[in-house]
Amino acid sequence: MITEFTPAASLFGGILIGLGAVILMAFNGRIAGMTAMLGGVLAPRDPDSPWRIAFLVGAILAPMLATLFGAGFAFASPTTGALLALGGVIVGVGVTYGSGCTSGHGVCGLARLSPRSLVATLTFMATTFVTVTLIRHGFGG
Amino acid sequence: MKRILSALVAGATFGIGIAISGMGNPAKVLNFFDPLGTWDPSLAFVMGGALITAAIGYRIVFGARTQPVFDAKFHLPTSKAIDAKLIGGSALFGVGWGIAGFCPGGAIPALGFAPWPTALFLISMGGGILLARWLQALPRRQTA
Repeated sequence: MITEFTPAASLFGGILIGLGAVILMAFNGRIAGMTAMLGGVLAPRDPDSPWRIAFLVGAILAPMLATLFGAGFAFASPTTGALLALGGVIVGVGVTYGSGCTSGHGVCGLARLSPRSLVATLTFMATTFVTVTLIRHGFGG
Repeated sequence: MKRILSALVAGATFGIGIAISGMGNPAKVLNFFDPLGTWDPSLAFVMGGALITAAIGYRIVFGARTQPVFDAKFHLPTSKAIDAKLIGGSALFGVGWGIAGFCPGGAIPALGFAPWPTALFLISMGGGILLARWLQALPRRQTA
């Protein structure tokens, strides 16, 4: 499935992602890692749970409101439902053991020059590349 | 309350950024990892923009303030361990990302503009997180 190359929109969106991380650090003193945010939903008695849930609600509501005001965001899921669910379980296990994902390690951690996050990011970028390549070109494709 | 409001604003900025960038679109994300096929290098611009903004912004925040606006201190990760848990977990995360095309930060905002099949991924991911926590608690329970 071909997707359009969107350097300007992607750069602008990326800057906003970074800005969100900077706002959370400036006001709350926290890393904007989605894995940790989701922990707020799964452990509702944690004292950090309310602000983590607020971050998640903001992250869902903003694009939802934008679409109500006429914005459109391209979306296509090229995989089957079964693979999407399988990928979801693997992602959930992986980010829990790896203590972070693309936002926590790949953006916030690298921005703090954390060696731990650099290793994590290089590792998951490599295994994602191998997985996509095997799925699309490896099995007789 | 103030902390909740600032987290809401930070989350909204993050979420609209994900939506605009294309990071919440699995087809686009998967194409970044497919230079041999239908390659779309957009994701490099997302990561580059986010990383440079965060790096400069953190520098300004840490330079200008000794504590965040609404808290007594910055809560920065203290773990320095580069171990099998970090590498194995990250490697596994990449496998799942490559299968589904969703990472947690991409999927949460996508719930706002493409509720299905995003919800299926997120529910499965929640199951994976709970499974991993249960597995992590096992050895502690056995020795206790």
